[in-house]
Amino acid sequence: MDDMTKIVLDYVKKEYLEEDDDRELNENTPLISGGIVDSFSMVSLKRFLEKKYNIQIPDADASPEAFDTVNSIVALVNRFLKK
Amino acid sequence: MAYSEKARESYRTELNGLRAAGLFKEERYIHAPQGAEIEVEFPVGSSTKKVINMCANNYLGLSSHPDVIKAAHEGLDYRGYGMSSVRFICGTQDTHRLLEKKLTEFLGTEDTLLFPSCMDANAGVFEAVLNEQDVMIADRLVHASIVDGMRLCKAMQDTYKHSDMAHLEEKLQEHQDKRHRMVITDGVFSMDGDLAKLDKIVDLAEKYDAMVFVDDSHASGFIGKTGRGTHEHCGVVGKIDIITTTLGKALGGASGGCVSGRAELVELCRQKARPYLFSNTVAPVIVAGAIKVLDLISKTTERRDKLEQNTIYWRKLLKDAGFDIKEGESPIVPVMLYNAKLAQDIARDLFAEGIYAVGFFFPVVPKGQARIRTQLSAAHEKHHLDRAIEAFTKVGKKYGILGLGKKEIIEKYGM
Repeated sequence: MDDMTKIVLDYVKKEYLEEDDDRELNENTPLISGGIVDSFSMVSLKRFLEKKYNIQIPDADASPEAFDTVNSIVALVNRFLKK
Repeated sequence: MAYSEKARESYRTELNGLRAAGLFKEERYIHAPQGAEIEVEFPVGSSTKKVINMCANNYLGLSSHPDVIKAAHEGLDYRGYGMSSVRFICGTQDTHRLLEKKLTEFLGTEDTLLFPSCMDANAGVFEAVLNEQDVMIADRLVHASIVDGMRLCKAMQDTYKHSDMAHLEEKLQEHQDKRHRMVITDGVFSMDGDLAKLDKIVDLAEKYDAMVFVDDSHASGFIGKTGRGTHEHCGVVGKIDIITTTLGKALGGASGGCVSGRAELVELCRQKARPYLFSNTVAPVIVAGAIKVLDLISKTTERRDKLEQNTIYWRKLLKDAGFDIKEGESPIVPVMLYNAKLAQDIARDLFAEGIYAVGFFFPVVPKGQARIRTQLSAAHEKHHLDRAIEAFTKVGKKYGILGLGKKEIIEKYGM
């Protein structure tokens, strides 16, 4: 697992899982369609990524599909890092 | 034709999908006023059945109280049936203002504004008092009406893990660059029945310069020693900046809601809140009934005391029988079943045993968290609860869930 994937995965676990939540979470777990992150709570994830990687993610790109797995999030961040 | 066969078929498929997933809700028709015992037609077309009602928000048993009905009748004669107007044009009667003053006194705030419902109050309040320079920090289990109201507001949105004060503190620290911060919570959470830690929330709000908003719909009238609400229970009366609550639960059960709190925030709602500006005023009959309710419960705490006793008794009965319930003090007592079909099957069997309680499942609660949400009323007598536990126990035994915890119920029935 590369650094960014681990950083994003750790953030998602810390921000969205309750202490007694024993669900398995990996880079392919559906976050939004799986009910772990709702569209409201997605905002803090977007803010974390923008601050951590010094990028701006336009609202149109911050879709539930783009944020649905840690892998898709990493792909999105890499897209904006290259710009 | 705009509604083509193709459109009709597509919607039919969606509805059938709900049925197939066990998520379709059937309405029952009640052939009686609200009360501890009601006559219900279910399924539609069958003859009515007398059942004990274990799922109303009729916490103080005032929804069909003769004194409230009498006052409502007098209100019809005194101030008419409808105003045919929004408030600011010609829809404000002297009695509206009287009710607002009584609510202000009851809740311990500076001012109050009536809305057609608390759903409307929540839809309007955030947009009226916050803008894009501000941030709303909401508990993750706030009521759907608050979620909708937050979506209508241009302020930044953020959330904290349910009742997690450490997580809330992190968020408050993170948002110190905003103009205003508003912490948003239910007083009593409607699905789990737990209470917000308002004393700790107020401490954090004072430390980090934030306002506090509480929707106390499942608390007004009976939580706290004199039933003022969750803020009274937590010892923070006068420290909540906005309270929204409903007249459609303990406080009469008809309809209506309000925003109550700091004078300037309430006045901003009067000037700008869209549901206030564009929706019809609360009908005179509702105002008259609600005034009577407040008069009745301000004189004596006997109803909220009885509700408290009923709550303690019912929680003990369920636990002793072996049901998995959410711990708490409120008269909302969820019997956890986790599986949606199990919740519906048990509700159906309870109905056959003369007990009316409905299954709650997705999207009302998260997937895998289905339950039967029982609710107590001051109208319940001991014999109602004894009959109810007999039925619950019989049905619980049939499904083999007594004495089982979350893991075992899910192993047996799946999520």
